[in-house]
Amino acid sequence: MNPLRRIFDKARPLFEEGGRLSALHSVYEGFDSFLFTPKTTSSSGVHMHDSIDSKRIMITVVVALLPCLLFGMYNTGYQNWLGAGAVQSDYSFWGMMLYGFLAVLPKLLTAYIVGLGIEFVSAQIKHEEIQEGFLVTGILIPLICPVNTPCWMIAVATAFAVIFAKEVFGGTGYNIFNVALVTRAFLFFAYPAQMSGDKVFVATEPIMGVGHTVGFADGFSGATPLGQAATHAGGEMTLTNILGDPLSLWDAFLGLIPGSFGETSTLCILIGAAILLIGGIADWRIILSVFAGGVVMGFVAHTFSTPTYPCSFLTPWEQLCYGGFAFAAVFMATDPVTAARTAAGKYIYGFMIGVIAILIRTYNNGYPEGAMLAVLLMNAFAPLIDYCVIQGNVRRRRNRLISKA
Amino acid sequence: MKTNSTLQLKLKRGLDLPLKGEALEKLPAVAPSAVSICPDDFPGITPKLDVKEGDEVAIGTPLMHDKEYPQIVLASPAKGVVKEVVRGSRRKIERVVVTPQGDIDCNEDAPDKNTVSMMSREEAVEALCRSGLWSWMRQLPYAIVPRPDAVPRDIFVAGFDSAPLSTGFDGSSITAKNIQAGINYLARLTDGKIYISKRPSQAQPSVTGAVWVEISGPHPAGNPDVMVNHIAPVNKGETVWTLDIDTLDKIGYWARTGSGASLTSVAITGPEAVNRGLVRTLVGADMHTLLAGHIVDDGKHHRIVAGNVLTGVRTDIDGYLHFPYRQVTVIAEGDDKDEMLGWASLSPNKMSASRTFLSAYMPKRKLGGDALLHGGRRAMIMSGVYDRMLPMDIMLEPLVKAILSRNIEEMEALGIYEIAPEDVAVAEWADPSKLELQKIVREGLDYMRREA
Repeated sequence: MNPLRRIFDKARPLFEEGGRLSALHSVYEGFDSFLFTPKTTSSSGVHMHDSIDSKRIMITVVVALLPCLLFGMYNTGYQNWLGAGAVQSDYSFWGMMLYGFLAVLPKLLTAYIVGLGIEFVSAQIKHEEIQEGFLVTGILIPLICPVNTPCWMIAVATAFAVIFAKEVFGGTGYNIFNVALVTRAFLFFAYPAQMSGDKVFVATEPIMGVGHTVGFADGFSGATPLGQAATHAGGEMTLTNILGDPLSLWDAFLGLIPGSFGETSTLCILIGAAILLIGGIADWRIILSVFAGGVVMGFVAHTFSTPTYPCSFLTPWEQLCYGGFAFAAVFMATDPVTAARTAAGKYIYGFMIGVIAILIRTYNNGYPEGAMLAVLLMNAFAPLIDYCVIQGNVRRRRNRLISKA
Repeated sequence: MKTNSTLQLKLKRGLDLPLKGEALEKLPAVAPSAVSICPDDFPGITPKLDVKEGDEVAIGTPLMHDKEYPQIVLASPAKGVVKEVVRGSRRKIERVVVTPQGDIDCNEDAPDKNTVSMMSREEAVEALCRSGLWSWMRQLPYAIVPRPDAVPRDIFVAGFDSAPLSTGFDGSSITAKNIQAGINYLARLTDGKIYISKRPSQAQPSVTGAVWVEISGPHPAGNPDVMVNHIAPVNKGETVWTLDIDTLDKIGYWARTGSGASLTSVAITGPEAVNRGLVRTLVGADMHTLLAGHIVDDGKHHRIVAGNVLTGVRTDIDGYLHFPYRQVTVIAEGDDKDEMLGWASLSPNKMSASRTFLSAYMPKRKLGGDALLHGGRRAMIMSGVYDRMLPMDIMLEPLVKAILSRNIEEMEALGIYEIAPEDVAVAEWADPSKLELQKIVREGLDYMRREA
């Protein structure tokens, strides 16, 4: 027998009812079923089951997020180096990776410890198995926050989202709103100063001796491209990097721009999308229609571009590559629990997210980015969309009955 | 209006499990040491006992009858002596066991009696009920043994079986003569049509009075309810009957000769069965006889399923065949081995419809498998899985939710009358949240029957 298995079997009585550690029963079960396939066999219905389970689904999403996480590390170091004056002799790939790693690690740990802690406690209270949903949420949260977000804010926001957006609804599978986005929205509305502006998206301090101090002197702005567009006034608009050099679409596609930690690189997001689509985890209908909605609305905005709304000067392709649009399309809109669940509903749901995201960021200068709000809004409408689609099936059945009579 | 036209259905949704262990060869017939009839295999019937231990019975002697419709009987499949009546909790009848005596073969060349044409419809219904073969049919709605007081709109016959490792219907036991007699008999019981399904490759017996439906596509394409849903769905207030062609053949033989036929071909299948093959025996035969020489005692835990792995009944070596009596599948139970980090497995031997597993890229490769859930029961997370596995115009996910919330109106609106538990078996297999869909649907149907 596996020695690890032996340790677990030996420890089991401690965690069972009456054992000294019975308050940690759900934690024990959680680790046990994580390490070893549970030996539950089917008791009714089918005698065999597909090998897929929610653990594998969640882990696949985490794997799909890794390119974004790794690129986020590099970009954080890169922006810091750029902000410090882009001294060529200071350039080191691994140095930037290390800097970004050190920047994101505390946030990743904070999100996981707070979120999983709450999951463990509520599983214990409800005498249920620990649900895997937070495995994904925990990695999403640091990826969609500005790099300078303090850990305590992430802790507060994560706790709020997990408790009030998920556990009160009944846990994973019952939530109405995407938990990671509720975390982000909580931060956005509770601490607006730390969530927007030109100071938060570029790490400015050395961490444990790694990296540089960035002073925001004249002509030095850490604003994201969309932030620049939102505050742009009059005349020709040129988006720049933090040194003031013009940005190309290619820079935005690669992701070497300021922005939330993991959502700058459209390329890495597309790699993640490929993993999700090949694995059949995300629904292509949603991803496709979010991009379609974004292109359509971006095209309309660009056609009727006006200096009143400087964001309308962006081409549809720039709209897709800047900000959190692509990330939201691939990783947020596709959350199966909060998205529309019917095939036809998914097209409508996705398309509306694309349209609303561009609508908000273009025509509401108060919000430089609209992807978060668009997804949350459509989360609220997803059940209604499904209802209408289901009614189609119901009506077909009813008409059949009427035509018979 | 009854012609020999052929309809065609090309189904895309569903799945044929790539399961190892087909029955390949024809094996010699075996005479079971005991046969049993289990009333739980006949949903809708509340059994009342007609015999006691020690009684002598013949083929077709009623062992039990229904409480509500006493003319519906469960008949003895063999001539012999009632060995025991097994009761469960609250004296519920679990099974009646008969020890067969004498030859198991029936006389295929028994003379025709031609009494049928003289009967009225009521007499024909009554006679079929008393033959015991009535209980082999099912009706929609509710997926139960047909209520004799409802006239079926149409009758649908499954001419092939698409379930995992099923050998279909043994051509040698089905004769055009019996099928024709069966069609003629059933035609008197409905004002509508009789539809018989077949695979495009299957030969079509030369019979008249039925509409043939050529169906291609993966399991559950062979389930008669799928055919009903595509050709003429059941509306509220309507009743249709479904049966398989083996039952039709038996009805025909009974109609011709007046005697019951209880020989059947049973496929011994599954990755853990050896010397697999097709064996001729009696319906309800005991597993000791059937599986002699087919199971190796290798220390592994085995699961013996009377039927296929999707819809069969779990039994053991002391158990018996269950309706529809055509297959035994032996698989590994799987609870006797440790597997670390199974969710991260890259093994190509893990059966899955999910493209996160290597096996999904090798659909031709046959795999073993076990009875493990491969995960924990969760709330519905993934969407669209059920849709891909159910080739019917039914939105299964909202229907399941309506059933779970016992919402009668919703269930009706979403088509619960058109579905049977076995139709959702493939969806249940594929469900990453491991919900017990067949059980849920059965409970929903029973609830509707009680309340609506």
